[in-house]
Amino acid sequence: MLVPPTEARRERVDVAATGITVCGGARGETGLPLSFPVMHPGRVTTSLPQDGPERGSRRDTRLDHYVDRYAVRTHGMTASAIRALFAVASRPEVVSLAGGMPNISDLPLDVVGSSLHRLVLDDGRTAMQYGSGQGEPVLREAICEVMRLEGITAHADDVTVTVGSQQGLDLVTRLFCDPGDVVLCEAPSYVGALGVFRAYQCDVRHVAMDADGLDPQALREALEALRRQGKRVKFLYTIPSFHNPAGVTQSLRRRQEILAIAREADLLLVEDNPYGLLGFDHEPLPTLRSLDEDLVIYLGTFSKTFAPGFRIGWVLAPHAVREKLVLAQESATLCPPVFSQFAVAGYLRDHDWLSQIKIFREMYRERRDAMITGLADHLPEGCTWNTPSGGFFVWVRLPAGLDSQAMLPRAVTERVAYVPGTAFYSDGFGSRFMRLSYCYPTPERIIEGTRRLGEVLSREAAVHETFGTVGSGDGPGPVAPYQAPKPNQS
Amino acid sequence: MTDVGTVVVLSGGLSHERDVSLRSGRQVTEALRAEGLDVVESDVDSELVDRLTGLPDAVAFPLLHGEAGEDGALREVFRLLDVPFVGADGAACRVAFDKSIATTVVHDAGISTPEQVALPHEIFRELGAQALVAALGKRIGFPMMVKPARSGSALGCAKVSAPEELPAAMVGAYAYGTVAVVESFVVGTEVTVTVIDRGAGPEALPAVEIRPDSGFYDYAARYTAGATRFLCPADLSGEVSARCAEVALNVHRLLGLTDLSRTDLIVRPDGEPVFLEASVAPGMTETSAVPLALEAAGWGLGPTCAALVRNAAARHGSHHGPLPDGPG
Repeated sequence: MLVPPTEARRERVDVAATGITVCGGARGETGLPLSFPVMHPGRVTTSLPQDGPERGSRRDTRLDHYVDRYAVRTHGMTASAIRALFAVASRPEVVSLAGGMPNISDLPLDVVGSSLHRLVLDDGRTAMQYGSGQGEPVLREAICEVMRLEGITAHADDVTVTVGSQQGLDLVTRLFCDPGDVVLCEAPSYVGALGVFRAYQCDVRHVAMDADGLDPQALREALEALRRQGKRVKFLYTIPSFHNPAGVTQSLRRRQEILAIAREADLLLVEDNPYGLLGFDHEPLPTLRSLDEDLVIYLGTFSKTFAPGFRIGWVLAPHAVREKLVLAQESATLCPPVFSQFAVAGYLRDHDWLSQIKIFREMYRERRDAMITGLADHLPEGCTWNTPSGGFFVWVRLPAGLDSQAMLPRAVTERVAYVPGTAFYSDGFGSRFMRLSYCYPTPERIIEGTRRLGEVLSREAAVHETFGTVGSGDGPGPVAPYQAPKPNQS
Repeated sequence: MTDVGTVVVLSGGLSHERDVSLRSGRQVTEALRAEGLDVVESDVDSELVDRLTGLPDAVAFPLLHGEAGEDGALREVFRLLDVPFVGADGAACRVAFDKSIATTVVHDAGISTPEQVALPHEIFRELGAQALVAALGKRIGFPMMVKPARSGSALGCAKVSAPEELPAAMVGAYAYGTVAVVESFVVGTEVTVTVIDRGAGPEALPAVEIRPDSGFYDYAARYTAGATRFLCPADLSGEVSARCAEVALNVHRLLGLTDLSRTDLIVRPDGEPVFLEASVAPGMTETSAVPLALEAAGWGLGPTCAALVRNAAARHGSHHGPLPDGPG
């Protein structure tokens, strides 16, 4: 294994004269060891380096040539034992209630296939060329039609197509946030959003929710506390419908209350709505954007209603913001993926996509029902959870003393996976909670997963009972289902 | 056409160290292919037996960390299927993988070890945790280390500095297995010594010194490039280096290990190496110590792994044609 010359230059070479002596190895004229010894039982021999570093040198390395050049924000990007456990979750032996992958097995692949075939033959030279930084007009028009289902009236000029709504959130944060700027999030909040805010070094503050979503009183108190601290909030990030991970939905009245507070406080709202069309019990509630055009930046996506692999989302923003978004998009990608945009537009044009969404809804409803049944049958006393009326997730609260993050290795051993609640807070809070996804496994596997989870919880509770321990993060007392961490719980 | 059959590099598995294992597997696979060997990568799944038996000349190279890989179970399967494999046999693995057993064996041979107590969860339940926790504090003292008896990559390990931290650390260790070991914390220089047998007997490679920025060589320090400073050879006197090599070779022999092992030591300020644990399937990732030690010895990962494969084939006596000399 050769040390590349560049590496040898970059790394400090500590000449062995600094105190290393050789154990029986040969010495050169200077007294330095000619090589490092390789020892055998009962004898000492040397092995002359043939293709290693220069003789007599010590390699002093961090195995990363660039370690002193990374941006400050990169330093928090470390390997995680918890994240590594999810490598096991992808194995078929494991019932993964962890991932949020949409189930696209019901998609009409023949329709998608023929649409793509036509796209390549008829418009391939356009679809495979660079395109507009804002996104293709034909898709932006179609996006306006999609948004109309949730009460939004918008012009295609105000839509910017993005690489999934995840990139939309990244661009919005890039436009608004300097390091240290305050962003408000629900408690808990989407792990992917927290990752973006962390990357831009935002100061994330969580606001409590209740069964009707973001708590207006908690929002008022958070704004007042920040005002007293002299801090301005750049925006509130919220998922009003079928929240990820909490599964709750803001009622219409709650939405109106939140908007009233936002108007009063001149607070910008970033509304993330990936699941709005996937409700089980009623027609979609009006989006925040449909109730206020000026205060809301809206993020949408086709990942849940069509397929995530195309990576097509969008941002609907007031005109001035939209202009900056397009510039930021051009800087980031030149243009969002053109072929994917035409593919999505073709699907919307050629297929009865509304009926397809109904099929998805029924499929997810059946899985939600399986999960709620499984939880009721198998989880030990003291666990509580909500019954989501749409979307993908159930938020489970564990009995006092249990720590979902510390328990994950035991769960993996028992071949079931979930996401610990701590993933959805910016500050280590959330160990009394876990997010369970019902979107991907079959109903039978979901039931089996809840059975395994029940056993894991019982065993973990027995260990805690033995030691009289409590979870490290959230303390022994009562904890509300969607509680924001108190200062001493961070 | 190579002088040995297809090498089946086994990585992944269902242990907590699946991700690390996959990275080790990729490194070794590339290194062996660069040596011209025919290599297939394989996970451990329900098709593995058919896969192995479908390759009559296969040589298995297990790079599975954690249970099934290092506890000897899979190696018993290789023996059952009459498939040659790199590394120690099942019986040796069972001893080496369990820290409570390995430490006892090594200690009985006169090698320094931390004071250690191994306790299953049930004993705390039956006898009462409070009394046992107090006794551990009195006997082992603080700071102490709490570890799962059967796990790697420092998963579930915790340094405990005060009595009130001990119960939570025990719970953390039991999340990885039913037995935990509690050890005295040894202050000193952390080094690891690789032992490899390329066909002429086991040889100790230069020790690698480990200096994690965080002060604790935990999972993040092990697998985040840049988070740990490695010195190879370790910044030790020649005499102490020789003593570390001697200890590692003795551990390799005492535990009945074969082909390769890695022994983790703490060198006390008085120069005495203290045994912590031995690995029968040491990590071969981009941030692992064994490739660094191979580089320092001038051996190279590819030639060394190829030599180990040839060893395994020769042991089995099922090689095709004359075996060329290994690189050593």
